[in-house]
Amino acid sequence: MKADPAGVLAGAHYLDGDFACGEGAMAAGCRFVGGYPITPSTEVVERMSRRFPMMGGIFIQMEDELASMAAVVGASWTGTKSMTVTSGPGFSLMMENIGLGAMMETPCVVVNVQRGGPSTGLPTMVGQADVMQARWGSHGDYELIALSPQSPQEAFDLTITAFNLSEIYRVPVMFMLDECVGHMTEKVVIPKAEDIEIVPRRLTKKPPGEFFPYRVNGNSVPEFARAGDGYRFHTTGLTHDERGYPVMSADCQEVCVKRLLDKINDNADDIIMLEEEDIDGADVVVIAFGITARVARMGIELAAKKGIKIGFIRMITLWPFPEKRIRELAGKIKAFVVPEINYGQMVLEVERCAGGKAATVSVPHGGGGVHDPDVIRDAIVGAAK
Amino acid sequence: MAGYVLGRAGTLAGLNALQTQSYGSESRGGACKSDVIVSKTEILELAPSGLDVFIAMSQPALDKYLPDISDGGSLIYDSDLVTLNTSADDAGNDSTYTFGISATDIAHKSFGHDVVANVIMLGYMSALTGVVSPEALRQAISESVPPKTVELNLKAFDEGFKKGEMREGELK
Repeated sequence: MKADPAGVLAGAHYLDGDFACGEGAMAAGCRFVGGYPITPSTEVVERMSRRFPMMGGIFIQMEDELASMAAVVGASWTGTKSMTVTSGPGFSLMMENIGLGAMMETPCVVVNVQRGGPSTGLPTMVGQADVMQARWGSHGDYELIALSPQSPQEAFDLTITAFNLSEIYRVPVMFMLDECVGHMTEKVVIPKAEDIEIVPRRLTKKPPGEFFPYRVNGNSVPEFARAGDGYRFHTTGLTHDERGYPVMSADCQEVCVKRLLDKINDNADDIIMLEEEDIDGADVVVIAFGITARVARMGIELAAKKGIKIGFIRMITLWPFPEKRIRELAGKIKAFVVPEINYGQMVLEVERCAGGKAATVSVPHGGGGVHDPDVIRDAIVGAAK
Repeated sequence: MAGYVLGRAGTLAGLNALQTQSYGSESRGGACKSDVIVSKTEILELAPSGLDVFIAMSQPALDKYLPDISDGGSLIYDSDLVTLNTSADDAGNDSTYTFGISATDIAHKSFGHDVVANVIMLGYMSALTGVVSPEALRQAISESVPPKTVELNLKAFDEGFKKGEMREGELK
């Protein structure tokens, strides 16, 4: 369906990534934000709280991030598209209820504008060190989706994608900006509402009594019934059967939890978005995401002057990880070079998928700034030898 | 603010424009710096590696970033806030053009508001460097400042531009 014009500020704007993310959320149909504002993500909710009254949206500043994430899960069960916005310290506190969202199959978006960590770290300065936490932060087995934009324009576009994916797969989607993208200002073009494709909640047409909230028919994602629509049912973080009632058994665990993994893994090809450049014939492939993807291109330009054949993969989707593509390339190239603003996180996945068939070179950066392009150039030159 | 307006004007002029800023934890009153890149081509870098134009409105900023000016670049400073040591070491490299303007004093005496000093600097810079047209900058100002202050800011901009035009001949 098309976007609700009330939430779409069509036109050309000059926005920072945080504002653009807020605009993307409103265009996507988000009408509830529960959050505890934190630098460098605050501008997202500033923007939304100012504009929300014009479209019937509600922003509640909660008492903390645990409550924020709980409010988002609850709001989503009313059928309202819901989001929270945070940075590292708050992201840590949200982990418990992100797991609840995954277990209850709750569509929602969690925006993390990453700053330097651990702990309170560098409030106003960049980091990309929460990417493993985005995948593994809550306990137990589950799969979710994480996206990473490289510009304010993408902060707008991909926030809409994040909401759409959360609806299709009924899963919390982690939207992993970094402080640089959040606070950089560039031109952002917002299309007209009729040109924005929105995925609505897939509501059941079955009458009460015939509806089972976790029954799937061929489709690995169940239909939804909103709280208040007359369906009496139970939903819980406990392992549950198709009625949503707790069943404490290994058999039920196998059915309940395995499907949480399958619904993402089986559809990984549809979910994963990569941008590839000059891969054919490349000796070295640079893999980067977020702001580091922009800086990496400068390093590639510098190394290309030395006659090295360099390919580039920009990961727009961080999770599920583009396992298949990395495995394919590993047998054909000499090395992967992975710059990221942490001490080596996504590089571990690259190394795992390369399986020893290609070398894997980590180019770490501790946070507080972006890589010097010369450092990335030197890593590429070293990897090509 | 001035950095945001400059970048916005760049996009209005049909160019790519990236603006970033760095600041401390204070909500007001701390040091802040804004980098703007205006380019006909795609922008990959976050901040310019060499400054073509450096607008300095505080002494610590001047002292810190003066060495970042490119060969043939320009230093534009508020002479009420910054003292320029004219020794060769301190005034950037030999090829740096320097332009001082008493922006804070003009803002105070002519407009009754010190805060428009940055807009005076923008007008001054526009006339001196031509990096973005005054029309685009005026439009960007009109769209960026609170509605009640548009006229005040445009007048301040024009005043800065006029002062810059008078000195145009000094830039090669």
